[in-house]
Amino acid sequence: MAQRKMTVTVTVDGVRYEEEVEPRLLLVHLLRDRLGKTGTPIGCDTGNCGACTVMLDGRSAKSCSVLAVQADGSEILTVEGLASGDEWHPLQRAFHEEHALQCGYCTPGMIMASLDLLQVNPDPDDTEIREGLEGNLCRCTGYANIVRAVRRAAAESREVSGA
Amino acid sequence: MTELIERPAPEIGKARRRREDARLVTGRTRWTDNIQLPGMLHVAFLRSPMAHARILRVDVSAARELPGVVAAFTGADLGPEQGSLPCAWPVSEDVVIPAHPPVAVEEVRYVGEAVACVVATDRYRAADALEAIEVDYEPLDPVLDMEAALAPGSPGVRAGQSNKAFTWVFSQGEVDAAFAGAPVLIERTYVQQRLIPSAMEPRAVVCDRLGEDYTLHSATQIPHILRVMLALTTGIPEHRLRVIAPDVGGGFGSKLQVTAEEVVCLLLAKRLNRPVKWTESRSEGNLTVHHGRDQLQRISLAAESDGRIRGLKVDLLADMGAYLMLVTPGVPLLGAFMFPGIYKMAAYDFRCTGVFTTKMPTDAYRGAGRPEATFAIERVMDELAHELGIDPLEVRRRNWIEREEFPYTSVAGLVYDSGDYGAATDRATELLGYAALRAEQAERRARRDPVQLGIGISTYTEMCGLAPSRVLGSLAYGAGGWEHASVRMLPTGKVEVVTGSSPHGQGHETAWSQIVADTLGVPFEDVTVLHGDTAISPRGLDTYGSRSLTVGGIALLQACGRVREKAKSVAAHLLEADPGDVDFENGLFRVRGTDAVRSIQEIALAVFTAHNLPDGFEPRLDADATFDPENFSFPHGTHLCAVEVDTETGMSRIRSYVAVDDVGNVVNPLIVEGQVHGGIAQGIGQALFEEARYDEEGNLLTSTLADYLIPSAADLPDFVTERTQTPATSNPLGVKGVGEAGTIASTPAVVNAIVDALRPYGVHDVRMPCTPERVWRALEESR
Ligand code: FES
Ligand code: FES
Repeated sequence: MAQRKMTVTVTVDGVRYEEEVEPRLLLVHLLRDRLGKTGTPIGCDTGNCGACTVMLDGRSAKSCSVLAVQADGSEILTVEGLASGDEWHPLQRAFHEEHALQCGYCTPGMIMASLDLLQVNPDPDDTEIREGLEGNLCRCTGYANIVRAVRRAAAESREVSGA
Repeated sequence: MTELIERPAPEIGKARRRREDARLVTGRTRWTDNIQLPGMLHVAFLRSPMAHARILRVDVSAARELPGVVAAFTGADLGPEQGSLPCAWPVSEDVVIPAHPPVAVEEVRYVGEAVACVVATDRYRAADALEAIEVDYEPLDPVLDMEAALAPGSPGVRAGQSNKAFTWVFSQGEVDAAFAGAPVLIERTYVQQRLIPSAMEPRAVVCDRLGEDYTLHSATQIPHILRVMLALTTGIPEHRLRVIAPDVGGGFGSKLQVTAEEVVCLLLAKRLNRPVKWTESRSEGNLTVHHGRDQLQRISLAAESDGRIRGLKVDLLADMGAYLMLVTPGVPLLGAFMFPGIYKMAAYDFRCTGVFTTKMPTDAYRGAGRPEATFAIERVMDELAHELGIDPLEVRRRNWIEREEFPYTSVAGLVYDSGDYGAATDRATELLGYAALRAEQAERRARRDPVQLGIGISTYTEMCGLAPSRVLGSLAYGAGGWEHASVRMLPTGKVEVVTGSSPHGQGHETAWSQIVADTLGVPFEDVTVLHGDTAISPRGLDTYGSRSLTVGGIALLQACGRVREKAKSVAAHLLEADPGDVDFENGLFRVRGTDAVRSIQEIALAVFTAHNLPDGFEPRLDADATFDPENFSFPHGTHLCAVEVDTETGMSRIRSYVAVDDVGNVVNPLIVEGQVHGGIAQGIGQALFEEARYDEEGNLLTSTLADYLIPSAADLPDFVTERTQTPATSNPLGVKGVGEAGTIASTPAVVNAIVDALRPYGVHDVRMPCTPERVWRALEESR
């Protein structure tokens, strides 16, 4: 039950935090309940939905499946840290342009998973996008526009890096 | 000098990108679970592990002693104050509405029913404390199968009482005559499996008390209905209760409910005088968010030998689960009117028996009754075609209502106002490449290809835009079907809109702004839309049944019209003209034949200063409207899909999917397309993947997203969507609902395709979900 506390140090969206936590605290609860990073939501308790996806030291991770103490020393990027000021990330713009969200509950996770996907494969075809996002569930959109958005963001990012 | 504001008209019809997105893509969304209030406590519920049992003892004393635990209550502790969860749709004289305490007191009747709750300083401590609660149960017999439940001698969900919840019958025309001596008779039984709506945002409630005033935040579709119902259930006066639906992450009917947790959080805030929060886990939600569908459908169709329908009989068993919740018994009734679909026939007989079982109650899930009905009629139309050896499109064509026949009164008594089934079907067959696919199918059949091709057809209509209040009254529903809007122009010419609709993903803020922009001639950016808070939006009936645009949007249009008329009278006064000589276009009032002009923004300022207004004009530029529709709206369309079925593995793969829908005029085609996509995906989910399964003891086997499979991106094809546009005649925008159409259409399209692929093997049904195992079994059984 009440457990011995441990200290974790994490950098989230560029800000360093030091927190005393119970070893059982999930990273997603650290983010949401302790650090006020509520941009990352929770959709399940079995690691299936991907709503909680963040970048953990440069790779996507389901923050409900990681203990806060396991993230000690890590660098975390959430959807809240993607834009620079009012300038949205290409994925945020593409999700907006392609109407790839309705209720938006899956969107933070979907965007973070797409970020990882494009990092590994900058030019995915539709099947690769669909398979790459298999761990992120959306109940609203039927995914067609999400696939379009990822394709669009990929094209835009390639243009930028090619220029 | 009148400043001309650039405003490229019209907004209505434009694929505006959604203004909601700005907060959603940046993680600045306000979900209920994000809310943290000073001193807030966390609630957790202990839930029954038994499907049916008498509660002998619940002891929360040890839980109360744990560190961080503030309180713990049993159902008995909450006592009569917790009231009974409401059912607002007593469908018939014989309906039995059992007492439904939010926390069970004497007996539990489904796995997951709450038996106690704890309140602690954080969510982990609340969860810990559940383990310290002791409960003694005396097991009772579970009641799981509807037919068995109705058999004499069945154990009762309530001892000594029948498991029948109600019967509801409806008959039109000479049914016996239609069936007697009919050249063709098709009789089938279909199973509408139980589904879990699975909105991605789990339910959450935050309730605060300040003196005698309560504020309840809930992830709900229905803040207004919830407020009334909570007041009636708990006795907390309605005017002391404010309900807020902040950003809500999807609903699909599942958040059209008055839940035990909402009632209990309100009572806990009252008793403890502290803010409380409860957020469900997904596995808790799969057990206790109301389920959908779950019907056994016996359908008989009598036809002439050329395929023309003579009559239809439907006999339904509908699983209510253990209790009747908000509209539980009304769901099959919504279907009752839709079994005849788009077809002409002279006689129709419908009967439905609601059955209690020891399972989670069912209630509205996207389409609510209409998907079930559409599935049955569209499956049977394919059976009829097969029986007669004619193309399933042709058999539909011979029966559907022709364009010239609208308005058409269906055999079920609905007045379909408009439609063009032929146009949608022609376009869909063209887009799919129907003829070429039939040729490929013939070729695969001829060479006995292990991978067979099936073409699935669904030519649907549905009734939505709930609803004319007097019709709801005649069906014994407990509320009306109107919607409210108010519009106010601010001194600077900006516009605030208050809507009684309560969006949870539909994009009202965008679509409503488009309507206002065109009606008042202001820029899209100058409109803000307020919703989902009973203190801001005191009147409304919320969002469900594809009603927001066809009812709420019309209220908005009317309120804008009233504001415009008021502004016109001020403009005429300022321009010293007769109002009859003033024209309004694109935000400008002009005196006909002169260049005297005032913008609506100037009028807004003039009304604010009130220095020079017409005699008797109240200095406010605002208006309200409440719209009660005269009819439902009847979107329709043709969905076609090509499915490859591997006869060796039973695996089905949707190769192409075409939807041509007619939702009348369109305010925002982007949003419409999104609704169609999402709807199709959910319908495919029912056809191929989803089923809430209970074991023989009444345990839910599908309590997580690992067991209850909702489709992922990898499971679905791309969709080809187009529209035909036959305006509705029942509202001034000519719009029809679109929220549920895709789900209603797609399930039969997919199953028809699978059965079509397997026809050469003698298969004429596969039970949903059509998993590889089910397909394979269907093949085995008919070999
Ligand atoms: S919350 Fe569902 S995977 Fe993390
Ligand atoms: S947009 Fe609602 S779950 Fe994806």
